This record gives sequence, structure tokens and C-alpha cells, in this order.
Amino acid sequence: MSVLIIAEHDAGSIKSATFNSVSAALLINADVHVLVAGLTCGAAAEQAAKINGVTKVLLADAEIFQHSLAENLAPLVIGLASSYDHIVFNATAQGKNVAPRVSALLDVAQISDITKVISADTFERPIYAGNAIATVQATDSKIVITVRSTAFDAVSTGPQSAPIVMVDAVVDSGLSSFVGANTISSDRPELISAKVIVSGGRALGSSESYQRVLTPLAEKLGAAMGASRAAVDSGYAPNDAQVGQTGKIVAPDLYIAVGISGAIQHLAGMKDSKVIVAINNDPDAPIFNVADYGIVGDLYELVPELAAAL
Amino acid sequence: MKVLVAVKRVIDYNVKVRVKSDGSGVDLSGVKMSLNPFDEIGIEEAVRLKEKGIATEVIAVTCGTQACQDVLRTALALGADRAVLAETDVELQPLAVAKILKGLIAKEAPDLVILGKQAIDDDCNQTGQMLSATLGWGQATFASRIETETGAVLVSREIDGGMETLRLTLPAVVTTDLRLNEPRYASLPSIMKAKKKPLEIISASDLATDLAPRIKTLSVTEPTTRKAGVKVASITELVDKLKNEAKVI
Repeated sequence: MSVLIIAEHDAGSIKSATFNSVSAALLINADVHVLVAGLTCGAAAEQAAKINGVTKVLLADAEIFQHSLAENLAPLVIGLASSYDHIVFNATAQGKNVAPRVSALLDVAQISDITKVISADTFERPIYAGNAIATVQATDSKIVITVRSTAFDAVSTGPQSAPIVMVDAVVDSGLSSFVGANTISSDRPELISAKVIVSGGRALGSSESYQRVLTPLAEKLGAAMGASRAAVDSGYAPNDAQVGQTGKIVAPDLYIAVGISGAIQHLAGMKDSKVIVAINNDPDAPIFNVADYGIVGDLYELVPELAAAL
Repeated sequence: MKVLVAVKRVIDYNVKVRVKSDGSGVDLSGVKMSLNPFDEIGIEEAVRLKEKGIATEVIAVTCGTQACQDVLRTALALGADRAVLAETDVELQPLAVAKILKGLIAKEAPDLVILGKQAIDDDCNQTGQMLSATLGWGQATFASRIETETGAVLVSREIDGGMETLRLTLPAVVTTDLRLNEPRYASLPSIMKAKKKPLEIISASDLATDLAPRIKTLSVTEPTTRKAGVKVASITELVDKLKNEAKVI
């Protein structure tokens, strides 16, 4: 049987994590279907149909799916589940919210945040903040998984177009409703898919200094801006910039940690980066144990100097 | 309203875990165990609701072995009124925990159930969602603010790219994110008082059947370690290395 991926999108286009999930799904089975649920999301469905490896797109277009409420999405997925052995979500805020609800309704276990596909029922996933890697085997007949996007390459799109099939909407659960959102608009690249990330920690001292010191460097590198939990908790950086076990998991080509000591929970979010650079005034900071290149000194001098040298 | 908070006993977040050499798991012998940090936030939120006169009773519950009583005592010291241990020696996975909690909830009939968003040992982030699914209730995960209304709860959630606010009809399940609150420390008098608070032990198999693990752990290994890096003396040297050695800029 085929694999069903629940796509993440903003109605107009498919979000990047879904392309990584398709790559993981193709390692399980060559027949990959994508569900696009939302309101007036035809454009996203058309883009999904062009993703290499996708053989069918299911489109559920209704107002009740507009805000991806778990209580409405889960019954939709359950209605389709009989045709699939594997149901795949992105390990993003949205996927993590809905996937366990789907698996409990199916009375099957869910496997979170897989980083490797060993076989159709066996996967690798990190535990204990990435300090151990578990190889796990599902024993249920259906397998619900979430995919850590940084562990799989994104698939590309091609000239082909898979058929798009309309799916009937389910009734509104009435259990929850959307009140409002406050999303942070940024002209920087998305943290999770950025090739370069410049990240700041507590040492930056203030929101003003986080912006003033890091922005010129991020601009020079076309980088996304991240932060440690300490910097977020102190209000220097927005919550969604947090990199770590409880924030975003990233794996860019280049991660520059500025004024970040390197706590276990932070390392869990970035230690798979290809190259790590640490700028810190404490030569004993644990971040230097994972950094490919470290420089000890005052970040207020070193960061502008680095930006100027690029 | 009656608030039930589910807590878990986990390896303390400051401990550097060690993988057993036979690959069977993580070495937990003699290691400091604590209340899962996200669950501490859950207890704190429930206690604050009580202090505001909204919650009438706060019940802390956990599932696991006899040893888990210590985290319930911590929850009681932090302000929970009473505690329940659903006792079992079976290895529990999120689906089984959700089923046991469902059984407890049928007995206790709380209006609001609070869980942490994830446990820092298995890093699953599943139990709250599974529980609300099995109860047929609404869910709000990754909460950073909770406000109550008559018959409903307004929850602001941390999502990728910002925040969103949902309204849930009660009863409902909410899972906590880091920024919901800053948990208090238990004072010595409250730790002493907690020893006298009621702690009930129920057999988990009386609350739910089918607790057997559905996922088999085949092996646990150390993550690949990064090779030791170098410290550079100047920005010029750093830029040179990034350009010519690492070739990332």
C-alpha cells in the first residue's frame, strides 16, 4: 500500500518541510500520496502534484480546515487511513499537534521525529535531547510517523503532474475554534531551511544589541537568525527563533553561535550542522567542544569584524 | 473547576546521559531523577489557577513504578492538593499512558487536564494529543498562555512563525510550553506539608487494559561525535578557513 503525507502549506504554496518528508516517504514506498487540506488551497495542491515521486494528490478544501485544527484534520485523515500503511507528518508544530491524535484514533503507536528509515517498519530517532539514538520497530499494522526535516534532503519538483483528487470534508468537531494569530513577519530566510544561521545567546544583553550585532552579519551571509533559550527567555529574540530540544531543530551548512555557552538542550537543536563556528569570550564554554572553528574574544568586536571581512 | 495535571518522572535535565555499552538503553542506575520540566510548568499553571480562585482542586497524577511517588510528592509540595499513582511495572509508551489517564479521568471527572508538551527522556510529544483523542475532547498544545471563560478556555499556542490563539470548549486537554510560566521552588515547610497530603495508589491495569508496548526498541547507540575542531586566533584566519577549508562561504 501507499504512503500518505499530510502536507503543510500556506494555501498558495507547499512549505519546505513537506519536501523533506516526501524524501523520507520514498525510502518506505515508491507510491507517495500527498493530502493538502485547507481553504482555497488549489495552488498548493497543484504544486504538490509536481513534487518528484508524488503519484497522487488528495485535496480537501473547506473552511473547517483553514487553521489546521487537530480536531478537524484528524477525522479527515482517519477517513483516508484504510488505504495506507504509513501516514507521515512533518515534525513541525503542526505535524506534532495532529499526528498523535490520528494515531490514538487508529489505536496505533506513533513514532516521533525519525532521522533515518531502516526499513518499512524500523526507524532511527534521537532520544534524551539527541544524546542517544534509538532504533525502533513498530509492531502495529499501520504506522504513523513524524519526520525530522533536517535529516532528509528535500526532493525537487518536476514537469510532471500527479492527478489531484477531491476529498469530501468532515463535519466541524465543534471542540475548538481559531481566535487569532500573531505571526512574526521576517524578510530573513526561514530558520528551519536556511543554509546559514547566525544565532545569539544571553551574552548579547538586550534585544537592541541582538539586532544591532547580528543583523549585519546575517545580511552579509543571507542567513536566518536564531537564538538560545536564554536569549529568548530574556526577550532578546522572538520565541520562534529558539534553536534547541524545545525549539527548532536545524542543520544548516554553517551555524555561527555568538555568545552561546552550548547547553545540552541547545546542542540538541544544532549539532548536526555541517560546520559550526563559535564566538565566545569564555575559552571553556562547552560550545567549543562541538565547534569546528572557535574564536575566543569579545563578540562586540569580533562579529562586526567578521561582517566587514565578508 | 477541577484540574488534573499529569506528570512524569524523568532523568534530571542537567544529567549527561550515558548509553549502556550493550546498546540496550540509557544507563539510569544511580542517576538523579526529577519531575519533567514541562510538567513542573503544568503544576505551576494549575496552582496559579487555584490561587486565582478558578481551580477548586488540583490533582497530580503519574503512571509507573512505586519509585514515581517521589515526583508526586514534589508536585504536592508545589501546591497540588492530592496525588494519584497508577502503578505498573510494564514499560509504558505514550499510547498506554493516554489509556491509563483516560481511566483516571473517568473516575475524577476534571474540567481541565494539563500535561507537559513533551518528556525530556523519550522526546515523544504525543501523550496530551493522544489523551484528548481518546476522550474526544479538544486539545491545545504548546500553550504559552491560558485564560478561562465560562465553559471554555482561551489558549495561546507557540507555532512555527509566531503564536495563535484557540478557544476550546471544556472539558479539554492543554499541553504546556516553556514560556507558559516560571515554576516556583518548593519551600521546606511545603515539602514537609506535602508528606501529609493524600497520595493514592491504584493499579494501572484496573484503569486500562492493553498496556503492552507497541514499539520495540532494537538498540540504543551514542550519536556520532563531531571531530574536534580548532581555535583560530583571528577573524582573518576564520574567514580563510571558512572559505578555503570548509568551503561554506
